[in-house]
Parts: sequence; structure tokens; C-alpha cells
Amino acid sequence: MGGLDLFGEAPPASAEGAWSVADVTRRARQLIDAGFQRVWVRGEVTGFKSYRSGHWYFTLRDAQAQVRCVMWRSDNERLPAEPEDGIEVFVEAKPSVWEERGEFRLGIKRLIPTAEGGLWQLQLERARAALERDGLLDPARKRPLPQYPRRIAIVTSPDGAALRDIVSVIGRRWPLTQLWVVPTRVQGEGAEDELCAALETAGRLPEVDVVIVGRGGGSREDLWSFNSERVARAVAAVPAPTISAVGHETDVALTDLVADLRAPTPSAAAEAAVPDRGAAMETVAALGSRLARGLARPVELGQERLERTSDRLTSTMQSQLERRAALVEQLGATLDALSPLKVLERGYAVARDETGKVLKRAAQFSPGLAFRLALADGEVQARTSEGDDE
Amino acid sequence: MSDAKPSFGAELERLEAIVRELEDPAIDLDRALELFEEGVGRLKGARKLLRESELTVKRVLEESDGAIRTDDLDG
Repeated sequence: MGGLDLFGEAPPASAEGAWSVADVTRRARQLIDAGFQRVWVRGEVTGFKSYRSGHWYFTLRDAQAQVRCVMWRSDNERLPAEPEDGIEVFVEAKPSVWEERGEFRLGIKRLIPTAEGGLWQLQLERARAALERDGLLDPARKRPLPQYPRRIAIVTSPDGAALRDIVSVIGRRWPLTQLWVVPTRVQGEGAEDELCAALETAGRLPEVDVVIVGRGGGSREDLWSFNSERVARAVAAVPAPTISAVGHETDVALTDLVADLRAPTPSAAAEAAVPDRGAAMETVAALGSRLARGLARPVELGQERLERTSDRLTSTMQSQLERRAALVEQLGATLDALSPLKVLERGYAVARDETGKVLKRAAQFSPGLAFRLALADGEVQARTSEGDDE
Repeated sequence: MSDAKPSFGAELERLEAIVRELEDPAIDLDRALELFEEGVGRLKGARKLLRESELTVKRVLEESDGAIRTDDLDG
């Protein structure tokens, strides 16, 4: 604030050139706006009034002082109830000046009663704001869970009901996985440190598809470690997708906001982490029938092709055979023509001696020689005549 | 350390790829038979995983030097 130029123009030195009221209140507002960031203020509510517009106006006071406050509808509508006069509250506020009234007042963004865990709440709100500033609550950070996880790390107490519930649900739904339990205290002294260390360990385990962090229900104090900013940051730093399951349905912890999935109970976390075996069976069965149908079609096509081929083969064979038969017939005719029998048909005869030797010369026919004459239709025994008639 | 169970997800992914290729009208019979045979084997494997797997629960222990080991924890 030291470097701030409080009066850009010299303030009027005399009645001549006096500032207007608007000038001086605007100056005051600029000064206050520039001089204050948001602050947390503790005080007692008094003169509370809610207008039809939904905006709230009241005064915050303590023993020494008081200040006017406004809380716009857009900021107060998330609160469960209007504060009653006389209660003590923490407010997160931006001080400013309302120029029309020349009134210094607080524009309130958050309001938390100090009673009934107001301090817890305040701490939680601070942690939450810090996480939000760092973008850790951004819904775009949420990663999908794997469909068929092979190894699941569980960061929880080894003797708690949460672990028993998770093991029982996953054992029933999807025993195709391994559960690796990273033991840690989940409440009491040192629980925060142990949770952070266990989450860091879980992040270093090999081939882990999902990390579940959580515990069963308990008092606000019991669940408090899961509202620690450090633990929430440790959840955000786990490389694998995370599921946070703290307490019962209605308990929402800071780790829930940072994890990829918030489950209302540890059993619900287990349900969300794994698929159902029965559904997977159906998926496999459907693939089985697609596989069978997939093969049936190419087989049918193959059969048709085979039939077409065999038809062509048969007709090819047929014509081949016919050609061969014609050839055989033709050759037969030629053979026939060349046969000596054909010559004999024409009236010739062949003479053979008794050894079967063909007698082609007259000199071979000695007187009295017995020989055979082969004719077209058979043989005749013959003999040359004996000597001359002297 | 790397004793994770056989991956049902990977089996299913391969089966889906097989079926998709088998459903391609341009596939020839030899390839179809080859895929079918592989598919039947993987179907059996996937069913076996679903029927016979038993949940294993291990406890993770971290040594002082940061090394990690596991032992069996009764579910």
C-alpha cells in the first residue's frame, strides 16, 4: 500500500475548486478497493435483513466496532439457512465503499458460523480454496476408470470394515483381479502422514490400474484426515485413476472432490472399480456367435466356388474323353486298312509251309510239298502234285 | 513382481478385432479359418478366466530403503 498514489490530483486547497461528494466518495472507494484483498473477519451478526431480491444486509460487530455487510444472492443461495441475529460468524469478504451512501461495507463471499464446527468448516474452506486455485477440483481433470482392471491398490486400514466390504464385493463381481492393500491408519494421531505416505507408495506400485482410498463411516473427527489438504494433494498426485470412498453416503470429504470418482461407500467404490462377471460372460457369448456367423459366410462362398469348379472339371473331362474316343476309332480304321486280312478279302491267298513260313517263290514249291493256304475266311490244306506223267 | 493375472481386457480386444476382420466381406476362406481357430481359442481362454479366476489379496510392505514387497493377506 505504500506505493499507492492516494491523490492523483492535489486535493483542493481552498473552498474554490472544492470536490463534489461523488468525487470524494469515489476516491474513498478506489482507495479501499486497491488497499484490501479478500479478508476473513470474525464478528457477531446484527440487524440481519433479507430483501425480496434475495440479497442479505446486516451489520457485523464486536466489542469495539461495527461494519455494514452485504451478501449477494449469488453468494448466499448455497447456504443452508439465514444467520440469526446474535450468532458469531466467520466471513470471507472484500471491503469496499458504497458510494451512494458513502458507506464503508464488506461484500461477503462466504459465511460460516463459528459454533458447531465453524472452525473445522473454516479450515476445510481454506483447504478447498487452495486446491481450487491450483486447479485440482477442475472436472476436466477427472479421468475415466479402466474397464477391466487387473490390479487394484487399496489405501485403507487393513483391519477396517471398508477393506472387508471391498474384498467381498470384488470377489463376487470380478475375481479376475488382484487387490494390493497398502495399509495405513485412517484416523487419529499420525493418520495424515501415513495416508500421504501410503498414497505415495500406491502411486509407485507396478501395473496398478486403479487406486481406491477410503474408510468406513465415523464421527467428523474420525473422518477428518480425509479433509486434510495434504492428503487431498497426495490423492491428486497418484498417477493411476483414483476412487475416494469415505464414510457413509452423506459424508463428503476433500479427497472425494480431488479423486477421479467419488463413491458414497467403500462397497460402492468396489462396484465402480470392476465390471460384473455375468455381464462379461454375455459379452463373450455375443462375440462367440459373431465369430461363428463370421466363419459361416466365407465357408458358404467357398462351397459355391468349389461346386462351380467341379462342374467345369466334369465337363472338361467329358469332352476330353469324347475326343479320345474319336481318335481311337479313327486309329482303328487305319489299322483295319493296313491289315493283311483286307488284302485276302480281295481274293488273294497266302501260302505257308508247315513251319508257317510264307512261300513267295515258285521254286519253293517242290513236288509233293504240303502247305497251307490262308484265305480271308480260313485255311485250306494243299499239296503240289507228285512228278511228271512220263 | 509382474505376476498380474492374464488380461481379460486384452483377450476381449483381440476377439473383437478377429470378429471385425472375419465380418469383412472380402476375406478369403484360408484367412477366415485361421481367424476362426484363433478366435475359438481365445473364447475358451476368456470363459476360463471368467469361470475359474480366484481373487488374490496381497499386502504391500515398504522396506526402509523404499523397496516394495508383497505378502498374502487372507481375504
